[in-house]
Amino acid sequence: MTDATASGAPAAAPAKKSSLHVLDERTKRRNAGEARFRLYGAVAVCLGVLALVGLLSSILYNGLSAFRQATLSIPVTITADEVETAEAALMKTGAYRTIIGNNLSAALADAGLDPAATGVDPIDLVSGEAPATLRNWVLTHPERIGEEVQLHVLANGRIDGYYKGRVTMQTAELDGNVSPEQLRFADEMRAAGLLTVGFNWGFLTLPDASENRPEAAGLGVAILGSAYMMLVVLFLALPIGVAASIYLEEFAAKNWFTDLIEVNISNLAAVPSIVFGILGLAIFINFAGLPQSAPIVGGLVLTLMTLPTIIIATRASLKAVPPSIRDAALGVGASKMQAVFHHVLPLAAPGILTGTIIGLAQALGETAPLLLIGMVAFVREYPAGPPEGLFDPASALPVQVYNWTQRADPAFVERASGAIIVLLIFLFLMNLLAIFLRRRFERRW
Amino acid sequence: MPVFWIVLAVLVLGVVGFVVARSRALASAGGDARALHSLPNYYGWTAILFTVVPSLLVLAAWLLISPIVIEGRVSQLIPESAIAEGSSRGLVMSEVRRTANGLSNAIEAGTMTEEFARNARADFTDMTQRLQDAGQIVTNQITVPVLRAAQELRVQSSRSSLIMTGIVFALAIAGFALAVSRMQREFRARNVVEAGIKTLLILASTIAILTTLGIVLSMLFETFRFFDAYPWQDFFLSLTWSPDFRGNSELGILPLLWGTLYISIVALLVAVPIGLFAAIYMSEYASPRVRAFAKPMIEVLAGIPTIVYGLFALITVGPALRDYFAEPLGLGQSSSSVMTAGLVMGIMLIPFVSSLSDDIINAVPQSMRDGSLGLGATQSETIKQVIVPAALPGIVGAVLLAASRAIGETMIVVLGAGAAAAQFTSLGEIVNPFEAMTTVTVKIVSQLTGDTDFSSPETLVAFALGLTLFVITLALNVLALYIVRKYREQYE
Repeated sequence: MTDATASGAPAAAPAKKSSLHVLDERTKRRNAGEARFRLYGAVAVCLGVLALVGLLSSILYNGLSAFRQATLSIPVTITADEVETAEAALMKTGAYRTIIGNNLSAALADAGLDPAATGVDPIDLVSGEAPATLRNWVLTHPERIGEEVQLHVLANGRIDGYYKGRVTMQTAELDGNVSPEQLRFADEMRAAGLLTVGFNWGFLTLPDASENRPEAAGLGVAILGSAYMMLVVLFLALPIGVAASIYLEEFAAKNWFTDLIEVNISNLAAVPSIVFGILGLAIFINFAGLPQSAPIVGGLVLTLMTLPTIIIATRASLKAVPPSIRDAALGVGASKMQAVFHHVLPLAAPGILTGTIIGLAQALGETAPLLLIGMVAFVREYPAGPPEGLFDPASALPVQVYNWTQRADPAFVERASGAIIVLLIFLFLMNLLAIFLRRRFERRW
Repeated sequence: MPVFWIVLAVLVLGVVGFVVARSRALASAGGDARALHSLPNYYGWTAILFTVVPSLLVLAAWLLISPIVIEGRVSQLIPESAIAEGSSRGLVMSEVRRTANGLSNAIEAGTMTEEFARNARADFTDMTQRLQDAGQIVTNQITVPVLRAAQELRVQSSRSSLIMTGIVFALAIAGFALAVSRMQREFRARNVVEAGIKTLLILASTIAILTTLGIVLSMLFETFRFFDAYPWQDFFLSLTWSPDFRGNSELGILPLLWGTLYISIVALLVAVPIGLFAAIYMSEYASPRVRAFAKPMIEVLAGIPTIVYGLFALITVGPALRDYFAEPLGLGQSSSSVMTAGLVMGIMLIPFVSSLSDDIINAVPQSMRDGSLGLGATQSETIKQVIVPAALPGIVGAVLLAASRAIGETMIVVLGAGAAAAQFTSLGEIVNPFEAMTTVTVKIVSQLTGDTDFSSPETLVAFALGLTLFVITLALNVLALYIVRKYREQYE
């Protein structure tokens, strides 16, 4: 460049001095462009990481409070007569509600609190679920009727929300379901030790609850349903996936049939998940007559979805086993089948397991197909143990999240985010296991 | 006999077969395993294969097919007159099924004898009352034909399960006997077992084909039924989507397709630049330490379930966009909008674009970089003028795959985009990104959840929508895979 300018320019004109120590305009521009370009890249990476951080912190911010719960502990003495009248009553829960109310008033009097002075009916602070809790306890522990027992019942959803910052004195003014007096009285009860805020085990074990009792809604049925589906997926997708991969990788001749299978597998991996839901609805429910909302149907649909993932992972790890292993086995007289099952498959097992766990993690978070096969139904009954329980109605973790987002009470947003945290913890543990297996057992050849 | 016990019994028989066949084969060789054709265990496995596989296959097929056959037969029993106005044979049949279940449960609970359940007449007994007393959910009065059909259903299914048990056991025992009787010294047990296993392997690998076939056939079948009830010209060309379960609905796909497309475009506008720049930065600039940190972080985004993104859109992004952009700008008050869904979906697609592009950029030969740098180009000039053009086909493939993901995505749009279809009334409304808009996938979900009647076009339209979605995504995938493969060959 400089040579050309120097020789081409007339000698009279003063030669433009250029020095390696002074950057000319063009170099500056190019360097600036370089820096800018590099910055764009860094910004993009930061945006990606920020998106992750934003996503997780939003979920944590909204959901962590779901793991804490305000409960009332009331010393309850219930007599056989009371049980008899309550069981005979038309509104059984109403009768039990009265029992709780009486015991609560007695407990408050013992603690030196006077609800009447503040104009609060103490039973309003108790969840609508409490009478059922008491009744269940009475029916399961008939021998302890007449004794004084500490009964732990959930506080009303609004009171619960007050201790999590969702309900404040200002919003309570406007809310028809709770008054500032009640909140102040709840504070007094807390000071007296009748109301405690602790870890919410019920969130992990209780079934779903109705629209206006968010405090009692739990993930018990959903976790069980998801676990059943994962069982089905594991027991179907793993053997079928491994068998299919062994055939395609080790035995299949290159012909139109195997090509057809390969094309199908790679396409199934990219088919939108909702389409699998339509398949499940049309084939498993409408055609084969399997029950709606059952984990078996969900499991079958998720199996079909997970198969491509498992097949792709298994084939990759089979391919990674060096041919010398096969040759050695064949050389000492093993049949082809023996070489594969005795030597190649065990060596590929860590990779297959890793792929399977990742496939299961994908299946665990899948929602859309489950909506179509009726998993959105409101299920309060725990499914029975397997195998019969596979045909009972159940929910699933991600579907439970969806269900809760469809409800009006903002307390359900907290529950939904809490459910997501549970889901993410499961996914995290599964991925951790996969990474551990890979680190620990995978061999590089 | 419950299926579980049948399966268990067959498996036990298989294990017994293993032991018997193995010892018989050994005995035929005088206890010397070296005189056998195959290793002793192969003789045992032959017995298991013969005993278990055919019988369980028949069991599975029977369980799948017999309910369909029986219901077909029973539904013939219901006279046309028993089907009320506004009802259908399918609805009556579901009542029959409920009643039959109720009878079985009542017998199990001990409130009814088998005799009574089989012979009671609806017009002479208080069957409805008795079932309700037994705690069964019986919605309305059980009519004579329904109870008769329910009783017939029970008789036929118990007969069918008896026959099934018989056939399965007969097959298992026959297989057992056949295998055990053939256990001679010369029997080529290994070859038989290996052929059997190979057949099973082939069967397993055909499941992929069967799944595709199932998807296509089930949707095709229902789509034809839909087009019988609703003209296809209207479906593809109508500009209105307003389903109405009382009839007279307009089911044009165009508003839904527009919503899908618009949201996907927004998502790609977010994901492609960020993903591509992230991939370039990580493969060309980043130090190993930054790369080791940032790459997994971004890939974690790919492992997060879509429902999480949906919730993020619903509770965080949607309200934020509404409060800081839509309302101040006067563009709308809805927190669910094209922008919400598109933005969040874009985040979901970042790792998709970036990891695919990363692979592709890494596949560009180092010699091309070296050549460009050697001529004095800066690194960014090398990337812009050499690497990206060389990787372009692959990047286009990655973008197409991301687009197919975006089009088929469900949960984010269900929670973030709203349920109202685009209204082709004014241009402003159609292109306003803060307007709630719905997509094909949202409508599939909303038409197929809840109580659905599988004969109305409002339900069946979901299958037509599904098929359209399947065809579009399939085309995009095939195109993308073709481009990527074509490109890979270039440098390998």
